Amino acid sequence: MPKDSGIGASTKRREDIRFLTGEGNYTDDINIHGQAYVHFLRSDVAHGTLTSVDTTAAAGMPGVVRIFTGSDFEGVGGMPCGWQVTDRHGQPMQEPAHPILAQGKVRHVGEPIAAVVADTAEQARDAAEAIVVDIAELPAVVDMKAALEAGATRVHDDLDNNLCYDWGFVEENKDAVNKAFEDAAHVTSLELVNNRLVANPMEPRVAVGDYARGTDESTLYTTSQNPHVIRLLMGAFVLGIPEHKLRVVAPDVGGGFGTKIFHYQEEAFCTFAAKACNRPVKWTSSRTEAFMSDAHGRDHVTKIELALDADNNFTALRTETHANMGAYLSTFAPSVPTWLHGTLMAGNYKTPLIYVNVKAVFTNTVPVDAYRGAGRPEATFQLERVVDKAARELGVDPIALRRQNFITEFPYATPVAVEYDTGDYHATMDKLEAMGDFAGFAARRAESEKNGKLRGLGVNCYIEACGIAPSNLVGQLGARAGLYESATVRVNATGGLVVMTGSHSHGQGHETAFPQVIAEMIGIDESMVEIVHGDTANTPMGMGTYGSRSLAVGGSAMVRATEKIINKARKIAAHLLEASEGDIELKDGAFSVAGTDKSVAWGDVTLAAYVPHNYPLEDIEPGLEETAFYDPANFTYPSGAYACEVEVDPDTGKVTIERFCAADDFGNIVNPMIVTGQVHGGLAQGIGQALLENCSYDENGQLLSASYMDYAMPRADDLPMFQVDHEDGTPCTHNPLGVKGCGEAGAIGSPPSVVNAVVDALQSAGKDVTHIDMPLSPDRVWAAMNP
Amino acid sequence: MTQVSMTVNGKAASGNVEGRTLLSSFLREELKLTGTHVGCDTSQCGACVVHVDGVAVKACTMLAAEADGAEVTTIEGMANADGSLSVIQQAFQDHHGLQCGFCTPGMVMSAAALLKENPRPSEAEVREYLEGNICRCTGYHNIVKAIMAASGQDVAALAAE
Repeated sequence: MPKDSGIGASTKRREDIRFLTGEGNYTDDINIHGQAYVHFLRSDVAHGTLTSVDTTAAAGMPGVVRIFTGSDFEGVGGMPCGWQVTDRHGQPMQEPAHPILAQGKVRHVGEPIAAVVADTAEQARDAAEAIVVDIAELPAVVDMKAALEAGATRVHDDLDNNLCYDWGFVEENKDAVNKAFEDAAHVTSLELVNNRLVANPMEPRVAVGDYARGTDESTLYTTSQNPHVIRLLMGAFVLGIPEHKLRVVAPDVGGGFGTKIFHYQEEAFCTFAAKACNRPVKWTSSRTEAFMSDAHGRDHVTKIELALDADNNFTALRTETHANMGAYLSTFAPSVPTWLHGTLMAGNYKTPLIYVNVKAVFTNTVPVDAYRGAGRPEATFQLERVVDKAARELGVDPIALRRQNFITEFPYATPVAVEYDTGDYHATMDKLEAMGDFAGFAARRAESEKNGKLRGLGVNCYIEACGIAPSNLVGQLGARAGLYESATVRVNATGGLVVMTGSHSHGQGHETAFPQVIAEMIGIDESMVEIVHGDTANTPMGMGTYGSRSLAVGGSAMVRATEKIINKARKIAAHLLEASEGDIELKDGAFSVAGTDKSVAWGDVTLAAYVPHNYPLEDIEPGLEETAFYDPANFTYPSGAYACEVEVDPDTGKVTIERFCAADDFGNIVNPMIVTGQVHGGLAQGIGQALLENCSYDENGQLLSASYMDYAMPRADDLPMFQVDHEDGTPCTHNPLGVKGCGEAGAIGSPPSVVNAVVDALQSAGKDVTHIDMPLSPDRVWAAMNP
Repeated sequence: MTQVSMTVNGKAASGNVEGRTLLSSFLREELKLTGTHVGCDTSQCGACVVHVDGVAVKACTMLAAEADGAEVTTIEGMANADGSLSVIQQAFQDHHGLQCGFCTPGMVMSAAALLKENPRPSEAEVREYLEGNICRCTGYHNIVKAIMAASGQDVAALAAE
């Protein structure tokens, strides 16, 4: 029987009321009296020397308050990078300066050159058109391998070359891996591209800077997944504002998917300009600007090799990846192709020897950073493609080959430095096989063939590392931040609770799901709990929401704080009931003395805490408010098995998804409805990557896909109804809720099964096609079928 | 500047606009009806869909001056008179048809226009009609389900979850 409240209930989302009635409060809905507007003049070339920026005519245009150029920021810190990767030889990565406005050179289309602040947005835009910019164009570096050739044009003159780092993992395993390949009975290799994507939350980025001269306090309203991180980075590293003079507010945020983690120039600019102009300054990104200024995702080129013994056991895995960093290092860019990618290369398999090499490359393109899954989709895609290819080469069933090599004993220490706590990959695959009705596939294929279509079935598994992450571990790996989470639980006198969390909800439903946990712990109604998030002024220092971490890390902090509350309330109850604390039980919102009918209601205890007339003042303080910071002991490891059935039209190459099944193990689940929705959304983004989406540059570094007319977002008629199952997972062993996280799974797990299915369809028609690079657009599929 | 007057959600509204002012800007900035969202600049995403004289229109594709004299309905005018959610809005909540909420106003406005012209659409018809509304969060599954449920159809069998 499904529960109707508490942990495990599909409670309807309370935040929906405001979103469905137009009463959401997104950053662009915020207007401050007297605010001015900024328009950024951006580079329309990929690479060049700025010879002059003449703002004379523009400065005299109507409404112009002030025009800023790079020279206004010479004394200001550049955009910081939050993760330092150490290369194969023990050397730190090359880390270029990243100015707020271009200084001396432009390095990608969309780089801001000048900023016009004016009374209205239209006036700012009009004046920006009157700025005369002279750029001596330089050859653009776009292709990663060409960028590493000797004599290649350098993106940064002050760096040795375009190589950010050359990372080997685990470097000590390299010789043993190479030896295993020499001894292999079979080697399958595959070269593939993980296509560059743009996250595209539907709400474009917005920043509103405000400054109070009387108190010397700055406030930034911004579309962020992690306002405290922005406050720390911008305050400490860019503008030099102490945290007690800087408030960052991220109100309702219309989707993030990673791209709203990072600290961007526009945020620093609006905060800086509000003080410089003594007026609030607002920037609202257009979608076209978003395409050329939001950090992009993916963009890896990989060669992967899998070694097998004569019994088809995986014996070794070796990869070489080129990872595009773009022109500058976005906030967490260096971590994505390394620690969020190399550590996942074992996947669900007990491959004993693994070596991963990653060359991170600077190019004249928009910076690349984390996008939903971040490194883990890239790992999953290459691994699950090469396993599928191996099965086809060996003539064995792809599912059987996977099952044969599954990890079955937990905890399991992989050869790539992580320890999986729990999982049951056979059980998940069993669920997938039943849900996908694989037994009926042959009949469905025959039916498709009658209609002149080719049908294919593709499966894959995935593992991910979520709940990011233990601070001491990530510190050793180069993170310049901790990754704990925080919660303050404030109980009011009449028994209601307010939870101030460092997690941030931008679609995930924290306002609904977090109260379910507390209601379950205390035995009260969910409506008695309110969630506050997104404002550094009234929440404890937290690291925000990404990496499927909110419930596993932020939820755990909330549980710890609530445990402290309950412990204190128990002491108060013991006093009121004149009983020993050890005999007090909390159930259904009342404290009772074990074995008696004496009890006191939750609300009476909380009232006593604030009206402490009959109260153990000699032992405990009045009041009922506790804070906890939770730093996880390990990552969490959600896993799953996905199946995709496609039809391919042999005349046009068009692929349609006929059926998609997702069996996931997320551990325990608080709100199944929300979890299902997260999976659906992830699947749509993964299928979008596989079939539709591609961020494309020409050889001159011109961005060819800068609007929804050129960048193919998945629409309703591109997708099927999904079948998903995430019941009965294996609980995480090291957080109090036993949860693993579900936000990224769909995007991580779905691309390989789509490609595997298309390859299956084409091979069923006798086509010698072993791989097609994503997106599998009709022209690419048709070309593969008709070489 | 041009004076424009229109009826918005049943109330008279007027203001002075530049010739280039879009209806979406007029609604958001002049009338402070910020429920209508702007998610792109090429009339693709549909977050700004409103009804003008009963027809679904992308408010970023229409000049405010063109709406002079029109009856405009925005998301703020979609709830029942007593403030409770309308059938379509309630179906979106019941079926978790929204996550971040940014595309939601446009989705609700499009859904209302669809059900007006096709009271019992098939799944394929709903998907086709939503061609002009992009959602990045939900994968559309629950939006399609919500719209079909709002039309009175049984959606339990649409797909196993």
